[in-house]
Amino acid sequence: MPLKWCVLWYAVTLPFLLWGLMSIRRRVQGDPRLKMLLGLAGAFTFVLSALKLPSVTGSCSHPTGVGLGALLFGPAAMSVLGTIVLLFQALLLAHGGLSTLGANAFSMAVVGPFVAYGVYRLLRGLRLPPPAAVFTGAALGDLLTYVTTSLQLALAFPQGGSVLAPLAKFMGIFAVTQVPLAVSEGLLTVVVFNLLVRYSKSELEMLGIFPERGKIGAPRA
Amino acid sequence: MRPGLRNAVLLLLVVVLVVFPLYLKRGAPFGGADGRAEEVIAQIEPDYKPWCTPLWEPPSGEIESLLFAVQAAAGSGFVFYYLGYVKGRQNRQ
Repeated sequence: MPLKWCVLWYAVTLPFLLWGLMSIRRRVQGDPRLKMLLGLAGAFTFVLSALKLPSVTGSCSHPTGVGLGALLFGPAAMSVLGTIVLLFQALLLAHGGLSTLGANAFSMAVVGPFVAYGVYRLLRGLRLPPPAAVFTGAALGDLLTYVTTSLQLALAFPQGGSVLAPLAKFMGIFAVTQVPLAVSEGLLTVVVFNLLVRYSKSELEMLGIFPERGKIGAPRA
Repeated sequence: MRPGLRNAVLLLLVVVLVVFPLYLKRGAPFGGADGRAEEVIAQIEPDYKPWCTPLWEPPSGEIESLLFAVQAAAGSGFVFYYLGYVKGRQNRQ
């Protein structure tokens, strides 16, 4: 990816990281018991982004796992955790790399969580049952992450001055591959969410998520 | 449906989603999608060369999969530590 785009995506991502750091600090100071749950959200992303899964296009890609943390702690907090995971992969695995870290962080740690959170809140507002909202939010957050990646690549590598032709090509590779993976990510997020509702109700109450009574107080970012 | 059973069904669906492509596209290379994107970039801009190289690259596919396995193991270790912790806490109450 050309240098100017690397710098641009770093610059766009940075404010979200600062916002996320402040939001995490406020949340954890308000209730230190939530630290463990924050760790769970980070660990979930860590696991899912390590799993390269096969897809119907005959190639492999990995889910992101950012949806769960986004709907628990708000999207900005997840920008921080997602970027930490990407940093690990960039440094140790040369997967992505440092030059594209800003761009990857924007697609996976900014767009993904914000889409997941927005869709989840919207569907809960429409009185859909929590598992349906969790599934759709997490799956769309995953899918839109890769749509963003395609767009970023198309912007960096236009063909004859046009962004649309390369966009279609990159979407054909990333977005189509990602569809079944996004469904898997949605399902896995629902499994963990179900377990949290069952065993970790007090933490979900602290975060203002308590589906049984239909109360969906905003986890303030 | 019992909660445990419901989660088991969801996990089974994930397994089906992972295995189905392997069956559908028998013989496909199943390389990384990012590798195919690099090919497209090479088509669009044949002169493009990545302008920087990674500081360190895993010396082989085995080492790379080791690191991915460590990443997944560490993550799931904490996930299940947390779930065990909250389950035990609830049983005590």
